[in-house]
Amino acid sequence: MSAVKKNYVVETLRKAQMVELLAKGKRVDGRSQDEMRALKIETRLIEKANGSAKVSLGNTQVIAGVKVATGTPFADTPDKGVLMVNAEVLPLASPYAEAGPPDENAIELARVVDRGVRESEMVDLSKLVLIAGKSVYTVFVDVNILNVDGNLFDATSYAVVSALRTAKIPKFEADGDKVTNTGKLMPLPVQKTPVSVTMARIGSVIVVDPTAEEEAVMDARITLTTDDDDNICAGQKGEPGTFTPAQVMEAAEKAIRKGRELRSVIKEASG
Amino acid sequence: METKKKLISDAGVRTDGRRWNELRPIRMEVGQLKNADGSAYIEFGKNKIVAAVYGPKEVHPKHMVLPDRALIRCRYHMAPFSVDERKNPAPSRREIEISKVIREALEPALIAEDYPRAAIEIFVEVLQSDGGSRVAGITASSLALSDAGINMRDLVVGCSSGIVDGQVVLDLNDTEDKEGSGDMPVAFMPNLNQVTLLQVDGIYTPENFRKAFELAITGGRTVYEMQRKALLDKYFGSSPSETPMEAEE
Repeated sequence: MSAVKKNYVVETLRKAQMVELLAKGKRVDGRSQDEMRALKIETRLIEKANGSAKVSLGNTQVIAGVKVATGTPFADTPDKGVLMVNAEVLPLASPYAEAGPPDENAIELARVVDRGVRESEMVDLSKLVLIAGKSVYTVFVDVNILNVDGNLFDATSYAVVSALRTAKIPKFEADGDKVTNTGKLMPLPVQKTPVSVTMARIGSVIVVDPTAEEEAVMDARITLTTDDDDNICAGQKGEPGTFTPAQVMEAAEKAIRKGRELRSVIKEASG
Repeated sequence: METKKKLISDAGVRTDGRRWNELRPIRMEVGQLKNADGSAYIEFGKNKIVAAVYGPKEVHPKHMVLPDRALIRCRYHMAPFSVDERKNPAPSRREIEISKVIREALEPALIAEDYPRAAIEIFVEVLQSDGGSRVAGITASSLALSDAGINMRDLVVGCSSGIVDGQVVLDLNDTEDKEGSGDMPVAFMPNLNQVTLLQVDGIYTPENFRKAFELAITGGRTVYEMQRKALLDKYFGSSPSETPMEAEE
């Protein structure tokens, strides 16, 4: 499941309290509406991975690892390398998480983060081709959620982006139709730094970076990812709740503004 | 990138002859499947989608029961023959994600509190896919839910917009979806003015983001009129308005 406990009675009481606080411009943990929790990014901590990053966002902790190999390209993109993001909420991450194959929440998480990386063209996949249509670099980014305290979307996104930015991958060479590992390392062809900003609507207020406590009572969630030029390149509304069109625009404005701040933090931490 | 073929001609005509703000031909029919409590069929361009609703019914397994409202389940599935290359019939990650967002797009419209401890199941089967199948599926599901007599706050209507050749256009077809540079499916409750689904991919300047979003809403309002007519046709014979609904701009 979502690894966030939902209790109907407590949820209703908590929500009333939160809405009251938010009306005064406050949040339960003392942050302002547009304030992220403390963000900490460590990179290159798994030696056996080609790239790795651990992100702490408040008490949410995730770790991403990049593994690169060679393989065949997708049939519809013979001239592009393969990049895939996968996420798993580990059973040790929350008392409510269960072992097993990724459920719809983990699949949505991975796909939304994947969309941000893909649509922003963060990695120039056309440079990851060895033999067109036959052999390309395959870049797998696997994310393990270590501790759940809300906003897995952004923590995962920052971990994936930081791991890709700092990855050193084996350099392969194509000779005729043979592909060999040169034994040398090279960075990934990174051209953009996508930054996702996830917001929760609680009552009529939109807050960034919701905690698990806030997620348990939120009406709806929205994640918007921006690139270095303030373009919006991926987005997803989630949870069975709604936004008015004006709130969607408010969220877009916040995502662009917060995205700029966060981008410099991520770039510095994974420079 | 680079040397892509043009998807919009210099005269502003798209691959299927439409202008930037035109919808594809749309046809909807309510109540085709007799076993289901509610059903609807939609043709949206070349999309052919059938939606069915079963419920309110007993919840299985029992531990999934919600004490204060109905459990809503949704399965979006594509037939193996619905796309160019045969699709493996097992649910893909894409289908699992879409099932989730469709459910979350419909749930705000359902008065689930009226059916505590019950399940309401929504099935969306894409018989032929042509870009924009999730939003067409939402439009059909919403009809199926009302056909099933489930208490609702509003209908939910879906419509997509996107970026093709750098331009914001309405209702992407298959080619534009695959070769264009952005797709934005939107679903909303037209009378309550609440957005229930928003997904974005592609590259949108803040200005294009607003334009595309507003265009999808405008297009959705046109689809809503057809959706409403399909319901009226089923339950009151031909609807009051006698002009046939055309996919207009």
